[in-house]
Amino acid sequence: MTTLTLGHFLSLGAILFALSVIGIFLNRKNLIILLMAIELMLLAVNMNFVAFSYFLGDMRGQIFVFFILTVAAAESAIGLAILVQLFRNKSNINVDELNSLKG
Amino acid sequence: MDVKAGLFYVFAALLLFAAFRVVTARNPVHAALYLVWTFIQAAMIWLLLRAEFLAMALVLVYVGAVMVLFLFVVMMLDINFDTMRQGFRRHLPLAGLIGVVVALQMAAVLMGGFRMTEPMAMPVLPLPGEASNTRDLGVLLYSEYVLPVQIAAVILLVAIIAAIALTLRERKDSKHIGADAQVRVKSRDRLRVVQMAATQPAQPLPSAAEPPADAATGEKKP
Repeated sequence: MTTLTLGHFLSLGAILFALSVIGIFLNRKNLIILLMAIELMLLAVNMNFVAFSYFLGDMRGQIFVFFILTVAAAESAIGLAILVQLFRNKSNINVDELNSLKG
Repeated sequence: MDVKAGLFYVFAALLLFAAFRVVTARNPVHAALYLVWTFIQAAMIWLLLRAEFLAMALVLVYVGAVMVLFLFVVMMLDINFDTMRQGFRRHLPLAGLIGVVVALQMAAVLMGGFRMTEPMAMPVLPLPGEASNTRDLGVLLYSEYVLPVQIAAVILLVAIIAAIALTLRERKDSKHIGADAQVRVKSRDRLRVVQMAATQPAQPLPSAAEPPADAATGEKKP
């Protein structure tokens, strides 16, 4: 327990991922919190990549994190734009009412 | 316990607490602020892992840009947050069970299989002089990963255009004229010269006995 292993960081990422899964289950109605939980999931994945990059001595893990950050920023920007548009049309952001595609 | 392990436990505990508050906070503004805290703690842990550039990028990009965007959106929308939390208690046992199972399974596998304590020796590109995380990352990004960098740039461009196109709203009563229409206008659109006689003969007044013009076609007006 006293010295840090790769497993410590991977476990931290796993717990963070599990927390965000809990968040998605808990906040089924609130689209904003759902987007935040997705950000937390991406953070957990990035944590794994950085830990592997450090312990395996390979910079390519950090490159991958770089691109994940890029895609996550684009995703949250578009997601929030869709959220604003949704609020203008329906006056709420309840996920249960997003049924116009009848999927 | 060495200093690094102690710092790791402190940062990890704060990170998990903040992440827990993100998903359980009553007010989305508080959730966004706790998410800022989560990202800062994650950046601290990445600093422990010698990923300095990514830690700073996380703070600058996420805390500085994305989270401010979240806060703007949360504050801009006028939402009744109490109705948003219906079903929170009902989903709590299932969510807790799934979360605990996922975390325990992953942690069991990970703590059993990854006992690596010392980092393997060398970075990918041995550079002369002082080792710098930013320099290593930059060399790798702009030599081996040039094409992915350009693809990432295109993705960001698409995100910009999509966000603007989704939220752009034109006013209905605007008197604005498009610049292309203004440039394309010709002189004959502005001024029309008509030929007409200098003096007009007086028109006879239409008499009431005269039938209207459309009666000649045979159709009756209702």
